[in-house]
Amino acid sequence: MTAAPTLERPLAQRAPRRTPRWQLRLSAWLPVLTTSAILLAMFITGQAVFGNFFTSRLISSLFLDNAYLIVLAVGMTYVILTGGIDLSVGAVVAFSGIFGAQLLQTGWPAFIVIPAIVVSGSLIGALIGVLVQVFEIQPFIASLAAMFLARGLAYVVSLQSIAITDPAVTWLERTRFQLGGGWFVTPTVIIAVLTVAVSVWVLQYTRFGRSVYAIGGNEQSARLMGLQVARTRIAVYVISGTCAGIAGLIFAAYTGSGYSLTGLGMELDAIAAVVIGGTILTGGSGYVIGSLFGVMVYGLIEISITYIGVDSWWTKIVVGGLLLVFVVLQRLLVARRKR
Amino acid sequence: MFADEPVVQMQGVSVDFGGVRALDSVSFRMFPGEIHSLIGENGAGKSTLIKALTGVQSISAGTIRVRGEQTAFTSPADAQRLGIQTVYQEMDLLPNLSVAENIMLGRERHGRFGINWKLMEADAERALDELGLDLDPRSALGTHSLAEQQLVAIARALAARAKILILDEPTSSLDQNEVSELFRVLHSLRESGVAVLFISHFLDQVYEVSDRLTILRDGRSVGEFLTSDILRIDVVSRMTGTRTRGLPSPLVADGGAELSAGAARPFFRAHHVGVNGAIAPFDLQVGEGEVIGIAGLLGSGRSELVRLLSGVERSDSGEIEIDEKRVRLRSPASALSQGVAYSSDNRAVEGIIGDFSIAENILLALQAERGWLRRLPKQHRDELVQSYMTALDIRPADPEALVKTLSGGNQQKVLLARWLALAPRLLVLDEPTRGIDMATKAEIQRLIAELAANGMSVIFISAEFRELVGLSDRIGVMRDGRLEVVLENDDLSEDRLLAIIAYGSQAGAGDDAESDER
Repeated sequence: MTAAPTLERPLAQRAPRRTPRWQLRLSAWLPVLTTSAILLAMFITGQAVFGNFFTSRLISSLFLDNAYLIVLAVGMTYVILTGGIDLSVGAVVAFSGIFGAQLLQTGWPAFIVIPAIVVSGSLIGALIGVLVQVFEIQPFIASLAAMFLARGLAYVVSLQSIAITDPAVTWLERTRFQLGGGWFVTPTVIIAVLTVAVSVWVLQYTRFGRSVYAIGGNEQSARLMGLQVARTRIAVYVISGTCAGIAGLIFAAYTGSGYSLTGLGMELDAIAAVVIGGTILTGGSGYVIGSLFGVMVYGLIEISITYIGVDSWWTKIVVGGLLLVFVVLQRLLVARRKR
Repeated sequence: MFADEPVVQMQGVSVDFGGVRALDSVSFRMFPGEIHSLIGENGAGKSTLIKALTGVQSISAGTIRVRGEQTAFTSPADAQRLGIQTVYQEMDLLPNLSVAENIMLGRERHGRFGINWKLMEADAERALDELGLDLDPRSALGTHSLAEQQLVAIARALAARAKILILDEPTSSLDQNEVSELFRVLHSLRESGVAVLFISHFLDQVYEVSDRLTILRDGRSVGEFLTSDILRIDVVSRMTGTRTRGLPSPLVADGGAELSAGAARPFFRAHHVGVNGAIAPFDLQVGEGEVIGIAGLLGSGRSELVRLLSGVERSDSGEIEIDEKRVRLRSPASALSQGVAYSSDNRAVEGIIGDFSIAENILLALQAERGWLRRLPKQHRDELVQSYMTALDIRPADPEALVKTLSGGNQQKVLLARWLALAPRLLVLDEPTRGIDMATKAEIQRLIAELAANGMSVIFISAEFRELVGLSDRIGVMRDGRLEVVLENDDLSEDRLLAIIAYGSQAGAGDDAESDER
């Protein structure tokens, strides 16, 4: 390589005017901070109203009941960060679950079936990625097609619910690792938390992760910068599909069965959690940790509604209202940034 | 001075977009340690050539050799691997990411646990320092001004230690200080053996910074020269081609001179109207019945100038007075209400509605001005349409014919009729005669002269010096975003216009009397 160009001027004398990073990135973190504030406020209110609310037991089961949704929301975060959407994940949860249940019933060993459940999700994700990237089909339409495909395949496997009795799969759900003080985790929760941790690292500390943000910011510029746009975009859908496969496994273990009618509208729950977690639907801005908070908020609303004792569809109403608030908040933030 | 071996050699390169040949068998070369300018008017193929060289656009014929290797790049990443760094004109970078990432992405610094942000930010800071830029590398790019963002794009190319650096219009949003800082860096890069390709439509900058230049016109190369060997006037005439070699025969026999005598009373005055970084503040007065031609190269700001005068674009400074009253032209509609009508050069996009009939297209603006609830009486409408169709000889003579079926010349006439129906006091036309046949062109020229004779004022842009000289009472020359001069058109020669475009208003001064407006 050549030597650095020699410059006549000495390097500029810099005033030490470095503002802390959190302050520089405040507008990017603000939605996540808002979500965590809401989460905290819900805990405090719950504790004040119901008492016996902010407890290790409740939080542990909050994770347990929503492990599948955490994994789905993490996968969805990748897709939404690129400005895309994946509507297939709910159907993939149903398909991979019943597909696995059927395989187990026919006598396949768990060490083959468990990877097969996950890979079936990856394959459907890869299909969407290729449709979106190579054939330039809108992510909405491509993933809608995949949703019908996966749901249809689930029906083909079986119309009836198939119970899962394989000890390896039920172990995922039934095992309670006691952490003391009433805290416990199941293998499913460990899987979910690992998914979050790995994704935080991937998105923040790898070129691939930064390319995901770059594509969401401006695809053309990302390409001109020499980033691997095509590869990244396909990978993002494969990740989402894989997460849907993992969620399928977790959900099958959670319910102890595979059923072709599960997961109806689950993709929308995942999208809602991601948006409540502060990721902007047009892409380029958001954090996985926000999506985790989003799922927590969602789960906590469900629990609160049960505590209050009104009908469960109130969950939908409250989530809908919260979504609206967040979408408006994002508009305001984007508008302020453009100013 | 130059190494014997070119670092870039393009031979007979052609690029096709659909059926259109954007680059036609162009040969081009660059040597290490030189700054090479690529010049040509908009649409001459400059950007296409860069895209072919950097792998953004695939070529349909020819060969490209970079540093001795024959290449067939399929992506910008390939080109970057061979040491080509490009700052594209349209590259917006990524406002959602930090300045450091915008500089370093694609060449991140990795530590044991993935990207090492500290190292990466330090590298970015060094690149910013080279440009004398004091930005926090950790701040989001979107929080900085456009000029700073453009400099960050340049810092990105510098940080890559490129062998070949391509800058497409890098100075378009920079101020004078930033431009000289950039040139200082380019000179030091040249010393270290980098080949720099500099693209700018500012001829002054080309002459200031470059050693060699290649001129493109209509997708063809019209020659490579050492900058010191070619006069600016020859550069301009090669850029613009044969049309400057017109015959000095006025098209309208008694066009300008006679009218200008009477056009003493200016009713429209622009004082220091300008746009930061694009159009330098200018003064212009328009008299009743006066025809003012605007000359200048494409990209010189001539379209922006007339758009400012007709409320299509807003100015940052200055004011416009009509009849001694200050007016604010906030939109084309507010300009229309003041009697200023504007017809775009892009009639397909900004003017004609192809699926409407001739009659509907003509009446569109009039109806809009009246308000959609106050329909024109049908009889009135028919008469109006008929009279304009006859006066302008629009063919076919069927008012219900769909405009998209008409020839370009007739579409232009329909558009003119639309604005004439409003009876404006000032008609602003951006290239009214471009791309239409000779006969129609002559008719439109005659029409402009007639309108002026009846007291309507006209400002029109033309790329043809003959037409400007033949029709105008006065001619304003735009150059690098500045209204250089407004000349009285008495026996103004085409060569004189050419000289002003090439050298500025000082060139050949004394040949013609200059108006005192600039």
